[in-house]
Amino acid sequence: MRAGRIGRLGRAPVAWLRRGYATLRRVWRGLAGLRRRRMYLRDLLDEALAGVAARPARLALLTLGTVLGIAALVSTVGIGQTAAGQITQRFDEAVATRVTVEVRLRPDPDGTQVALARLPWDAPERLTRLNGVTAAGTYARVDTGGQRVSGRPVDEPGGAGRRDVPVAAASPGLFAALQATLRAGRVFDAGHDERGDPVVLLGRHAAERLGIHRIDTQPAIFIGDQPFTVIGVVESVGARAEVLDSVVMPVGTARARYGLTALDVVEIRTELGAAQLVAGQAPVAIDPNYPDLLQVNAPPRPGELRRDVIGDVNALFLVLGGVALLVGGLGIANVTLLSVLERISEIGLRRAVGATRWHIAGQFLLESGIVGLLGGLVGTAVGVLATVGVSAVREWTPLLDPRLAVTAPLLGALIGLLAGAYPAWRAAAVEPIAALRA
Amino acid sequence: MTTSTTPVVEMTGIGRTFPGPPEVHAVRGVDLSVRAGEYVSIVGPSGSGKSTLLHLLGLLDRPTRGSYRLDGVEVGDLPERRRAALRASRIGFVFQAFHLLAHRSVLENVTLSMLYQRVPRRERAARARAALERVRMSHRVEFSPATLSGGERQRVAIARALVTEPSLLLADEPTGNLDSANADGVLEVFDELHAQGVTLVVITHNDEVSQRAQRRVRIVDGHLSEVTV
Repeated sequence: MRAGRIGRLGRAPVAWLRRGYATLRRVWRGLAGLRRRRMYLRDLLDEALAGVAARPARLALLTLGTVLGIAALVSTVGIGQTAAGQITQRFDEAVATRVTVEVRLRPDPDGTQVALARLPWDAPERLTRLNGVTAAGTYARVDTGGQRVSGRPVDEPGGAGRRDVPVAAASPGLFAALQATLRAGRVFDAGHDERGDPVVLLGRHAAERLGIHRIDTQPAIFIGDQPFTVIGVVESVGARAEVLDSVVMPVGTARARYGLTALDVVEIRTELGAAQLVAGQAPVAIDPNYPDLLQVNAPPRPGELRRDVIGDVNALFLVLGGVALLVGGLGIANVTLLSVLERISEIGLRRAVGATRWHIAGQFLLESGIVGLLGGLVGTAVGVLATVGVSAVREWTPLLDPRLAVTAPLLGALIGLLAGAYPAWRAAAVEPIAALRA
Repeated sequence: MTTSTTPVVEMTGIGRTFPGPPEVHAVRGVDLSVRAGEYVSIVGPSGSGKSTLLHLLGLLDRPTRGSYRLDGVEVGDLPERRRAALRASRIGFVFQAFHLLAHRSVLENVTLSMLYQRVPRRERAARARAALERVRMSHRVEFSPATLSGGERQRVAIARALVTEPSLLLADEPTGNLDSANADGVLEVFDELHAQGVTLVVITHNDEVSQRAQRRVRIVDGHLSEVTV
């Protein structure tokens, strides 16, 4: 009983396996037959080439679909890459020209971070002497010793007018280096810095919190009971957004009044394309003895940035090219099928002089593969030319991955082979008797 | 009548039935033996089964009963691959419609039948030229078939059949598409080939053509009978 049940369950899969194995063996024998029996691969190639070349007008028509598809693919990718290169150059200028220098920190055994070096007070002057630097400034947070900031001289009861507004110090060049814009007033100058004048700039948000709306009345703010004249309000910055929340005084004022001992960071603005160069030179200019103790933050190399953008741009273009290729492949399949029907008597004759079904299938498959390869080659050339042409008109630098130029024709051949599979199978199925009766 | 050599063709009790409805017995109970060097014509009206017999002789079709030995080899049960190989090496076909490839030269058309036999590439051109010499077509080697007369085309087709040195040359209405002058030229070539010892089987409905053969066989309603001169 048990054995019987197992036998019944096992029968169907065994039969399938047998049938599958027999099919595999037939396919393998056919392929092996192509390789070693009666016909050289080179002969098959000759026959396929002759078949392709026999009808030049049809060949042109056949390749047209692949040419269009591959050309669309190559040119869209190429123009995409070229455009992406331009996009990064144009829109990431603010990021691409910013370099900052900080002091490296080392954790102490008791858990605090210890600075290994000190940024010199004259760092901006040292840096502006470098080629490619358009502006440089220093920045530091200021410890006011617990004194809070107020917009009015007299305390309200309970200290309600006091605000926890951060206080910072900056050299005059910082605002240019941050590409800051002012809503009103002016930035401080070297004189304010040297004399330690009690002047401040307010960030936009800090001004709102302190109730400073206009500066033509020369308003003052108070840190503790010390008055500072507001000479300007910062509307926006290209980087370091904390400036908009802060009260910013000259570095000299912070040193004189609050005992500022160290700078936090040097902000550098470079010319386009000079960021990498400046990043290499800045530590040496700032501290020639121990440049390694400084940490430089520079924008990524243009190539890396570009690659990221290319990914987004290409996804859409690739879909378009793929659709074009699909249409091209269907075209090849269609016309090859037509040509199989036209060449029925040729198929019959070849079978009569000893060709097997495999020879026939192989020849038609190879023919459509060659057509696809030709279409791919022409399409690649057209695509590259289109990329160069568009770049020339737009005055762009053409960018194209050379791997694309190699793989695109192979893709064409692959599409040809796939498209030829069904017509080749139909050709192999032709009965020689019926074919020769014509 | 016994000979020391095995017959090229030895058919015994061959039948070919096409499943219906209605079922058609195209060929029935055919016994046919062709010795090497014989020139046999098979004559019969249309619909008599001569095309079916040709396809059976040429391994393009399989009989539903009976035994067929080609050069002493039983071919009825061979797999398709072996039959294709035998077709390539043992049988040369000549068709009524010539079946030359229009876009290839005369030489390439003759070379075609050596393609599926792994004849070394170097030998092919020389052998094709020799075959064209035998059918007196040496002067048209590089021509396109489209520029040739019907008789010339059929002679090229005969060269294509000869070039593999087949045991059996099978011709199906070889003069059916030709005027009498061109037909005579082709038949003369057959006579010469017969004189050279080629085994020939010509299938035709034309009595004049069949009379050129050394031995005549008539087929009517699928039955074969010898015609005595």
